[in-house]
Amino acid sequence: MLTQEQAADIFDRIRRLSSADEVEAIFNGSRFALTRFANNTIHQNVEEENSIVSIRTNFGGRTARATANQFDEESLRRAVAASENLAKVQAPDPGLLSMPTSEEAKAAGEGARATRFFDETAAITPADRAEVVGRIVSIAGKHRLTTAGIYSNSESREGILNSRGLAKWHRQTLAEVSITMLAGDSSGWQKLNSPDVRNLDPLRLAETAAQKAVESAHPRELAPGKYTVILEPAAALDIVGFMFWDYSGVAILDQRSFLNDRIGTQLFGENINICDDAGHPLQAGSPFDGEGMYRQRVPLVENGVVKQVVYARATVQKMRSSEYAGKVGPIAPTGHGFPLPNEMGEMPMNIVFSASQNPQSVEQMIRSTDRGILVTRLWYIREVDPYEKTVTGMTRDGTFLVENGKVQCGIRNFRFNESLISMLSNVEAMSVPVRSCGEESFDMVVPAMKVREFNFTEATKF
Amino acid sequence: MRAAAHQALDAATTRGVTYADARVAAIRNRSLSTKNGRVGHASESESLGIGIRVIAHGAWGFAASADLSRVAVESTAARAVEIAKASARVKREDVRLAPEPAAMAEWTTPHKIDPFTTSVEQNLDLLLKVDGEMRAVSGVTLAETGMNFQREESWFLSSEGADIHQTKYSTGAGYTAFAFAGSEIQKRSYPNSFGGQWQNRGYELIEEMKLLENARRVAEEAVALHSAEQCPEGTRTIILDGSQLGLQIHESIGHPIELDRVLGMEANFAGTSFLTLEKLGNLRYGSELVNVVADARQEHGPGLGTFAYDDEGVAAQSTPIITNGRFTGYLSSRETAHTIGAARSGGTLRAECWNRLPMIRMTNVSILPGEKPMSLEQLIAATDDGIYMETNKSWSIDDKRYNFQFGCEIGWEIKRGKRVRMLKNPSYSGITTEFWNSMDAICSRDEWAIWGTPNCGKGQPQQVVGTGHGASPARFRNIRVGSAYS
Repeated sequence: MLTQEQAADIFDRIRRLSSADEVEAIFNGSRFALTRFANNTIHQNVEEENSIVSIRTNFGGRTARATANQFDEESLRRAVAASENLAKVQAPDPGLLSMPTSEEAKAAGEGARATRFFDETAAITPADRAEVVGRIVSIAGKHRLTTAGIYSNSESREGILNSRGLAKWHRQTLAEVSITMLAGDSSGWQKLNSPDVRNLDPLRLAETAAQKAVESAHPRELAPGKYTVILEPAAALDIVGFMFWDYSGVAILDQRSFLNDRIGTQLFGENINICDDAGHPLQAGSPFDGEGMYRQRVPLVENGVVKQVVYARATVQKMRSSEYAGKVGPIAPTGHGFPLPNEMGEMPMNIVFSASQNPQSVEQMIRSTDRGILVTRLWYIREVDPYEKTVTGMTRDGTFLVENGKVQCGIRNFRFNESLISMLSNVEAMSVPVRSCGEESFDMVVPAMKVREFNFTEATKF
Repeated sequence: MRAAAHQALDAATTRGVTYADARVAAIRNRSLSTKNGRVGHASESESLGIGIRVIAHGAWGFAASADLSRVAVESTAARAVEIAKASARVKREDVRLAPEPAAMAEWTTPHKIDPFTTSVEQNLDLLLKVDGEMRAVSGVTLAETGMNFQREESWFLSSEGADIHQTKYSTGAGYTAFAFAGSEIQKRSYPNSFGGQWQNRGYELIEEMKLLENARRVAEEAVALHSAEQCPEGTRTIILDGSQLGLQIHESIGHPIELDRVLGMEANFAGTSFLTLEKLGNLRYGSELVNVVADARQEHGPGLGTFAYDDEGVAAQSTPIITNGRFTGYLSSRETAHTIGAARSGGTLRAECWNRLPMIRMTNVSILPGEKPMSLEQLIAATDDGIYMETNKSWSIDDKRYNFQFGCEIGWEIKRGKRVRMLKNPSYSGITTEFWNSMDAICSRDEWAIWGTPNCGKGQPQQVVGTGHGASPARFRNIRVGSAYS
């Protein structure tokens, strides 16, 4: 596994090989292992180790990047030459900034962050994973179900160094469990991850997934239409995740954001408060962005009003001189930029929903519902209308009819076409936000949500 | 590279495995883009490493490393064996591999121009000219272009004696014009959305696509969509262009025929399939006109699923998937072939990179063109009342692949055999087998092309590979239209 000292040595060699005005190197190294099971047996079991260096060179307003995963002299020479050749043929871009210095990154703020590296996670062996999978399979057997899923662990390193003195390094571990339980005509699912494996309880997840599979057996078909829904955190995460690409200065400048002409307006219900906070104790990931700037805590939505978007350094300059400058709230570097060069600019990816004043558990939401649908998970979500932020997708792995305050039965899965603006204006209740993960969006700290008039347009065959 | 693969096999076999293979791959990419008259990104990358797959104690293990030193390769092989032994602790039966002759072969993607011999200046000059053409149209608020090349050289060796050296090239390019006005964002892409057209070819693909010649028309259509009527909701006859039909095939035929999905191996992530085993040979999948093959052979064409051997050393094949409407075949591997009574794998196991375990993936899953000569314009002329839809905008399908919904960038209403008006936001939805049974016309070979889907995701950890889909425009009756906006 690449160490910080080895990265510094490689960067010194890169600097000697380059004739560029400025040089930056981003290092990523990881050891990743995953045990995959299906049909109550381990059928795939993998481990990989790889490290890369991604070299960016600047020549007077021109920049480009080349990446290699071999660190011998010839490989580095080839990567430096590729980066320089790609940069030199471009026309200068007056908007390209010099690389940040260490002082600039510090001035933008860098707080102490708790470690996200846990030896207990890094030390998990193939035999350890097999042991846990064996117990999950036993739970499936106890309920006469078939199970499929994964148990993975990884350790990763990320560093950025540039020729203006900036040097950042981050290391992290992550363990993840995802479990599907299948019956003849129903299924249940649970998934969770954490930098610290001690925060995971795979057997409890397995029991919950099994319970969902059992309770959703023999699903009824309901007519599509507008229903009150209770979205468990993973379902809420996967659908709301589709709007955060738009909370970006570049998205506003490109006029591809649904927030164009809407920042500062009452877009969502007054109970919606969202920030981006890489330092939140339930978050994971690197504390710095693609240029080495520390990720700031940014209030995105307050009481349903979109307050601001996030910015990479260069986007700030462009926004301040644009026609939108007076209409987008605070404009300042927030440490959310992607590695340069890129077209997308920046994006908030450490989303944290605030707790509502009167949080309710999913069970409380069910008890207060006369007729509605409880949703475990959403699937294959895609954008239909970029400005109304309408997205389509399916329910999956545990969809239930709620009547008279109780879960009555499983139902066949629905297709939805729902505007996120409308959805976040119709949230009647939220649980305490939790760290959650799905398959369609990135991990977040998000509550379960009870939403009225959620638009189901079709039902499928199961 | 071959030496590293040999070292891996030696290290694995001395540890008592019953099967081992090693795949060394060296991959080079170039990726360029422009946005509103400037370079968006410009990057190159190289990646080299080895993936080692073994069967020990009747179970699979896989380990991969970028370090090709002898010590690291032997250590990685030992790790694969350790992992396999751990897998064996939770197994129901031993892995069985269908027999396959040990091939010794060399193969390279047929190409006229190695894309890496073209200059970055040449590439960017073309993209910036296209960008300029689009932005010359009043109302265009964002113009984006992109061009990508990949060269993958691989050495596959197995403990059964296979020794295969392949070099594959792929090339892709395309662009999109966006128009934001009022409360709508409209867009048009060429030659396809989500990156354009992709094939396993050289730079000659770029030269043949007429990128510059179509840029102004495409940009004008993006702006014109703001003045177009909303696509009506209801049950209609629709005609799909070849690129949209290619994605329809991908989602509602290509994925459900993956035998690993059918057998439950993807149940936790990508999903399962409605095509349970008893349906093979029995299910009426589509109308008599529907003939679909999964064909990885060079003679099928330069799709993203074209190769000489798959990533477990099985020769490229053509498998009839739907024959005159009847379901006739799955995508299979050496491990899964026995479940359908096949004596041999269908040759579809592919990995994203050296560090990923190969899985069943679509090759080129293509609908065969109609035998009777018919152009798109003739098909439209033969349609009394319908909607022609072009270029995908959104796509979604359930995890058993029954219910789907697609949106397209642009539509035209057809009345009495003529396009009478442009429609914005066209969408359609349905149930897979009902949809394919409603196909009553398909254009002939001169309208047929292999479209590339470069972004197909599957597996845990997820792997993204390219697939090919030959298609020509086709007509479908009684299709639900417009529910995406209802």
